[in-house]
Amino acid sequence: MKAELEKRLVTGPDGVEFEVDPLRDYYCDALPEVQRPAYLRIVEDLFNWARAESIWILGFGTGCGAIEMRPLMTPRFDAYRYGIQWRPTPRQANLFVISGYLSVKTLKRVIRSYEQMQNPKYVVGLGSCTLNGGMYFDSYNTIKRLDQYLPVDLYITGCMPRPEALLAGFLELKKLIRAGKAEGANQYAANFAWYKANQKQVIHDWDMPDYNW
Amino acid sequence: MSFDWMRIPWSLVTLFIVFNYGLLLNALIAKIAARVGRRHGIPLWQNYVDLIKNYGQRTTISHGVHFYLGPVFRLTGGIGLLLFVPTLYGSAYFANLSFAGDLILALYFVFFGTLGMALGAGESGHPYAALGVSRGLSQVTAAELPFALAVFAVALQYQTLSVTEIVAAQQGGIHHWTLFTNPLAVAAAMLSFLGSMMRPPFDLVLAPQEIPIGPPTEYHSSYLALLQTNRAIFPIAKVVIYMNLFFGGATNWPVFFLKVFLITMVSVVVGVVSPRFRVEQSIRWFLIWAVPIGILAILWV
Amino acid sequence: MPSNADPMSLAGVHARLQALFPLGDLAPRRAGLAFVDLPATCAPPALSHLRDREGFGHLVLLTAVDWLEEELFQLTYLVCNREARLDLGLRVRIPREPARMESIHDIWPTAATYQRELREMFGIDFPGSPRLDEAFILEDWRDIPPYRRDFDTLRFARENFAERPGRETWDPASHMRQRLYPEANPGMDPSVPGDRS
Ligand code: SF4
Repeated sequence: MKAELEKRLVTGPDGVEFEVDPLRDYYCDALPEVQRPAYLRIVEDLFNWARAESIWILGFGTGCGAIEMRPLMTPRFDAYRYGIQWRPTPRQANLFVISGYLSVKTLKRVIRSYEQMQNPKYVVGLGSCTLNGGMYFDSYNTIKRLDQYLPVDLYITGCMPRPEALLAGFLELKKLIRAGKAEGANQYAANFAWYKANQKQVIHDWDMPDYNW
Repeated sequence: MSFDWMRIPWSLVTLFIVFNYGLLLNALIAKIAARVGRRHGIPLWQNYVDLIKNYGQRTTISHGVHFYLGPVFRLTGGIGLLLFVPTLYGSAYFANLSFAGDLILALYFVFFGTLGMALGAGESGHPYAALGVSRGLSQVTAAELPFALAVFAVALQYQTLSVTEIVAAQQGGIHHWTLFTNPLAVAAAMLSFLGSMMRPPFDLVLAPQEIPIGPPTEYHSSYLALLQTNRAIFPIAKVVIYMNLFFGGATNWPVFFLKVFLITMVSVVVGVVSPRFRVEQSIRWFLIWAVPIGILAILWV
Repeated sequence: MPSNADPMSLAGVHARLQALFPLGDLAPRRAGLAFVDLPATCAPPALSHLRDREGFGHLVLLTAVDWLEEELFQLTYLVCNREARLDLGLRVRIPREPARMESIHDIWPTAATYQRELREMFGIDFPGSPRLDEAFILEDWRDIPPYRRDFDTLRFARENFAERPGRETWDPASHMRQRLYPEANPGMDPSVPGDRS
């Protein structure tokens, strides 16, 4: 664990000594809960429609596939037509595109970012690497099966998938969301212990709280 | 003067109209920017969808009281600005809550939201938010200077601090507009306008590509939706002030829509063809180009 | 090709360097790029000589090769003289156990980063190099350094990372031969799963 994360005594400017435990003080350690959908079916349907038509992608490229997301913003593919936009902060995003191979080091950051996103949230795995390891099946530091660590709503196969495939995948995701079938966040909360055990099995230097709100 | 209670529902109607107009206008602006880049861009109704979605997110996280209050202050700033100046001149219904000294209050409200955001974003504890706020405050302050000078010039010119009276003095033909009676003030104010609309070249504070998205970094779900609501109302409210002070106000809704659209387009047209200034560059720009014009405008009156 | 006498050529540099250090022969790769072997203890003084007297101001890279069978690591210092457009690689060999080499961060501060990487990936020690033991890419690695050739990546990946059942691996060359010329290769693994040709 890094020195700045360790429990320690600090002397304040007024001379009072107090104890700081960064992992407990700076983070909230409440675990995620399964969130009920809205009580009225029609309201939930409206929200699901809005969620499907307004997909905000977290701008976090984890592997080579990230290069295929940039063309989506260009005139040729223009994903904005479909209500797909990019947000620079996990707080405002609701779709996490794991773009390709995921090294253990990145996985740690991915988990933190994913947990900061708000329910409902979706995960799309891009490329064979997220699906079964792809050409990094024998690598010493990339995971081979994303759905062991995060709830994945949809995979887009290929090495690497073309932007058209991404668009098709996003449209498919929209159908899932509208049908109310994309409940990854709740799945994550329900099987939290299982996901955490899997994550901790590969991430050895776990120096963060179990849930980063 | 007794208070006319019927003003309240009419103000709400104003708010409703302006809110929808603002959402559509924002989408239209995004579309124009997209067309300049040869894209199709977002659909016109995208902002509504985004808004519903953000209100519909199931979880929110709070960082404390000020974190709540930030978006509320911001929205108060927008709505207050809108309601304390007459939206339509000469209309009994849409004069809103304007009163004799409203110009000063309006100036204050322009700043109010930013200050509220500073509190809220500071409480979120995110370093990027604090950074964004300090950039935002310095830039808005610099942009506000020429505007304040221009407003004083106009107030001196018409010897009043009431927006209604200023509009009244501009009626009776295009040549009565401040635009022609005091072009220097208008020039200074329009330069400041570029800066306060958060479009390029002065959009560093809120640009997603910069220190991620600036002050609202931590805002999400319904907080963000509140901020988005404000993004629809606030620019229009600001444009209304410009319209009233410099461009003769509006006497009915079509004229209102047209004038607001045209004034907004000034910043959009400048925006789509400009690269982005850094904060210190934009401050320098305001101090060198806009402030002297504002001072001249005061001297000229 | 410039002649040996040309003082601005790599051969000229080599000749001058040979007077000071016990160098091996110059191994040219192309015009302006050559490699030379030398003993490990001579590398740091040779590098600072190259930097200060011969104009090789730029450390292009520092990398290692694992000669498992010979129980050696080979370190390659590639330096560049920008004005003369010359690249010279100095190769030294050090024992694999204990793998230790003198640090050159005092000649090029950037070398510290390379040395951190080599420390993590090959387990080569560079005493005195700044931040040497901080995690470079791997965080909390608990096996033998992964770039050593006795590290079995496939086995490691199998043991640590969950697999998806049903994954098939085809050798591209034999697969394509099979698809394109099935009759010419009748004996070749006809039961490639999923091959419907
Ligand atoms: S699937 Fe292919 S393109 Fe995608 S990350 Fe893996 S190797 Fe790269």
